[in-house]
Amino acid sequence: MDKRSEMHRRERRRYVIGYGGSLLLTLVVFAVAHQFGIETKGVYLTIGLLGLAQLLVQLVYFLHIDRRRSSREDLDLILFSTLVLLIIIGGTVWILGNLALRMHMHVM
Amino acid sequence: MNRAPSHSYPGINLGEDHASAHKATEVVTFGFWVFLMSDLVYFGLMFAIYITMIDAQAGGPGPHELFDLKSIFAQTLILLTSSLTVGLAMLALKYNLPRARIVLWFGMTLVLGLSFLVLEIRDFMNMSAQGGIPQRSGFLSAFYGLVPLHGLHVATGCLWLIILGIQLRVFGLTDLLMSRMVRLALFWHFLDLIWIGIVTIVYFGGLTYG
Amino acid sequence: MTSAETGFFGRLNWDAFPIAGLIQNPGANEIIANAAAAIVIVGVVAVVGILTWFRLWGPLWRDWLTSADHKKIGIMYIVFAIVMLARGVLEGVVMRAQQAAGPGDGFLKPEHFAELFSTHGTIMVFFVAVPFVFGVANYLIPLMIGARDVAFPVMNQIGLGLTVSAGLMLMVSLVVGEFSTGGWTAYPPYTGAAFNPGVGPDYWIWAIVVSGVGTTLTGINFAVTIYKLRAPGMKFMRLPMYCWTIICSSILIIFAMPPLGVAALLLAADRYLDFHFFTNDLGGNMMNYANLFWLFGHPEVYLLVLPAYGIYSEVFATFSAKRLYGYNSLVIATMSIAVMSFTVWLHHFFTMGQSALINAVFGIATMLIAIPTGVKVYDWMATLYRGRIRFSVPMLYSLSFLMLFVIGGLSGVILANPTVDYQVHNTLFLVAHFHNALLPGVLFGLLAAYNYWFPKAFGFRLNEFWGRVSVFCWTIGFLLTFMPLYFVGLMGMPRRSFSWEDPSFHPYMITAVIGALVITCGLFSVLIQLWVSIRDRDQTRAPVGDPWDGRTLEWSIPSPPPTYNFAIIPQVTDRDNFAAAKERGQAYPTPDAYEDIEMPRNTGIGFVLCVLSGIWMFALVWWIWWLAALMTILIILAIIVWSFDTSTEIIIPAEEIRKDHEAWLALVHSTAAVDRDYESAPENRGLARPDMEAIT
Repeated sequence: MDKRSEMHRRERRRYVIGYGGSLLLTLVVFAVAHQFGIETKGVYLTIGLLGLAQLLVQLVYFLHIDRRRSSREDLDLILFSTLVLLIIIGGTVWILGNLALRMHMHVM
Repeated sequence: MNRAPSHSYPGINLGEDHASAHKATEVVTFGFWVFLMSDLVYFGLMFAIYITMIDAQAGGPGPHELFDLKSIFAQTLILLTSSLTVGLAMLALKYNLPRARIVLWFGMTLVLGLSFLVLEIRDFMNMSAQGGIPQRSGFLSAFYGLVPLHGLHVATGCLWLIILGIQLRVFGLTDLLMSRMVRLALFWHFLDLIWIGIVTIVYFGGLTYG
Repeated sequence: MTSAETGFFGRLNWDAFPIAGLIQNPGANEIIANAAAAIVIVGVVAVVGILTWFRLWGPLWRDWLTSADHKKIGIMYIVFAIVMLARGVLEGVVMRAQQAAGPGDGFLKPEHFAELFSTHGTIMVFFVAVPFVFGVANYLIPLMIGARDVAFPVMNQIGLGLTVSAGLMLMVSLVVGEFSTGGWTAYPPYTGAAFNPGVGPDYWIWAIVVSGVGTTLTGINFAVTIYKLRAPGMKFMRLPMYCWTIICSSILIIFAMPPLGVAALLLAADRYLDFHFFTNDLGGNMMNYANLFWLFGHPEVYLLVLPAYGIYSEVFATFSAKRLYGYNSLVIATMSIAVMSFTVWLHHFFTMGQSALINAVFGIATMLIAIPTGVKVYDWMATLYRGRIRFSVPMLYSLSFLMLFVIGGLSGVILANPTVDYQVHNTLFLVAHFHNALLPGVLFGLLAAYNYWFPKAFGFRLNEFWGRVSVFCWTIGFLLTFMPLYFVGLMGMPRRSFSWEDPSFHPYMITAVIGALVITCGLFSVLIQLWVSIRDRDQTRAPVGDPWDGRTLEWSIPSPPPTYNFAIIPQVTDRDNFAAAKERGQAYPTPDAYEDIEMPRNTGIGFVLCVLSGIWMFALVWWIWWLAALMTILIILAIIVWSFDTSTEIIIPAEEIRKDHEAWLALVHSTAAVDRDYESAPENRGLARPDMEAIT
């Protein structure tokens, strides 16, 4: 019984850490945007990386994805999906961006 | 096949207290994961289209005129908090806490989900008032193809929560219902992940490159 | 008329029916359109009449429409696919006849010809190839992996319902209104509201969206079934090759159907809500559509052909009486094809105007995909090498495939070169290439599967003579029809042209229409074969279940299999488990004990969703907004109500299973085994005599 309440406490702490981490990252993102403006690419790169970090935090602390054997199947599934997404999003942006460039569509 | 111990789908699971429900849930939860990945491709493509159409504003209003970062900030906090409440509901289920606790956390999730929708719809109405309607430009079409798609998912999640509430009253906490709650929790976390993408790419990306 | 000002029946009125055209303006074109509509109506009346006359409505409802049994769902898929195949083939013949009518305009109007190539493509891809592949897979997957059903039997039924209702929309479009003239790819801006305000593209959009949902559900179902429901001991590297191809094909479905859904729904947003995704004005960009469509379109080709590869693998192994050569390399090749098929989509629009670098990258990726395909061809040939080959009907289809498909594959490698593609893009060379990949590649595989597993499904073999006639007709017909198209393509004849002027095309066009007629004979000989086989079924019964000396688990159970497939879930110790058991003399074991079996209960939800989604599509096509809204609500309600139904299982008692299984085991022991020389003789009751060489 004691062991169970201990486990319960630990799991609850995981959620709270995930929540705290995500909250912190969100606050930093909006603070950066507020402080430095959102016009420069450097700022956007920072925001993008923080967004990526938050994705990982939520995957680990909310969805409990890790490298343990038990969640390997889902990790494989997520990694494969990410690969396909990268191919199709990257390819689309590459192709359409190139077309836009060659057709001088940039300034409307 | 012998490597299918008690945790063959991630974190959100029912644990030892619900062994029978756990087994039945395993296959269907894996199926739901696969469905979510297929859904993820839908969103991924809409993101790609948005990126290719950021410039296609055709002289209409753009991100700087239309986006209201304060409202986005509020929506982000609401959705994030609802992700926590749905997680706590799952813990209450897993550790056999009193039924009222489960209902409480799911209820809070529902309230948060609905308030998110209210804020989002208010945003759309404000945008429309400034001429930001999807018929105006390719950019706005791409925006309204993506963000309301996420909103529609949240609305579906809310309807799902309501139906689960009714079924909890009718059936009690059966194996089937627990398995559905696991899937709902996965769905809800997934929507929060998509929202991070929307904030980063649609709103901040739009403001930077639009 | 805009979408705002429509009446009670939306934009549906008297002019939507083809008979109106016949009265106003009689001619060959209208006669053909009316004949097609009449065939649909007569067909429906005939089916209703037969069902009523023989009082079959009750059995149809109880045993088929509400069944969640994967075997019955599989058979329904195949029946649907064959009906649609008949329409698709006839449309092909009419198109060939139009082009063979000599230089000039032929006998069809341009719009009618455009409708024909649009429906022909849409039907053949989405409503013949996909349902046929799904039907075979549905039937076989649980039997091959030693499971009692698929992972989600009800979802399986819903997938069938949605596919069928979408397919029926194409039938409805013959009678009410017209179908799209935009080809099976439906490129905007031509299919956008500005240039094509009629109902045609809307029929296409909703048929694609609804069948796409059904396809995705089924793909998820197959993937989870193979991943989670394999019999104990069936490790991944013991899976039959066919199951591997279905896993890969399911992965393609899961990740490649969304681009199609997105493309079609965004086109709908443009057409219905005046969005600007693909329009010419206000920032729309039709190239986005081409990109989306082929993100789906290329993996689609492989999701169709991979299962056919799986079928050939099984057929070559069985009818060469050998283990499949190079199993590991075939698995790796299949996986590589699945992943690489996501990296080649641009080769469908080399000429769209992107830089030479991008074209080169995708061109090279396309050529690379020929490598794993080549590996497969060599593995199959090595399987045949020194095998004891029997030229049965499935084997003949497979051999025909092996020779013809290589031609199709090589012409694909030629097209993969962007500089060559600039020359032959949108010519009949391309048409010849993809028919060369799809007919000998996919359709021959499916027909081989039909001949090979028919005795498993119905307990009697198909007629050999008419089977051979059909192989002959399909092969010769294919060669006569499509080889000339390669030549006229190189000579510069564009695809989809209803009219042409250069007299040097004429002999090729005449040859092609003769080929089309031979193909029609192939189609009819398939139907005659079925009829003759049913008539003579008493001479070809094989109830024991193993008429071909099969190698995989599905042959180890009775034909037709009981609802629960396996009385006892088998313990798998080998690849080709049944062949290994026969060699050890351990086939047909007598179980020690029987257990109750839980099976899915019948449910009407699939049928209900089929009907509701059908009406929903029709209402959207004709702008009957109140009906569309009503159907949307009803669909949501139907799903909610169904989610309250918790008694989804029935129990089959152990005693009943014991009785049936023991009766079958008694039959096994009292049946005389036959060797392969008597495979097509009436003595073949489905018990194979072990190969003498293996014993000595």
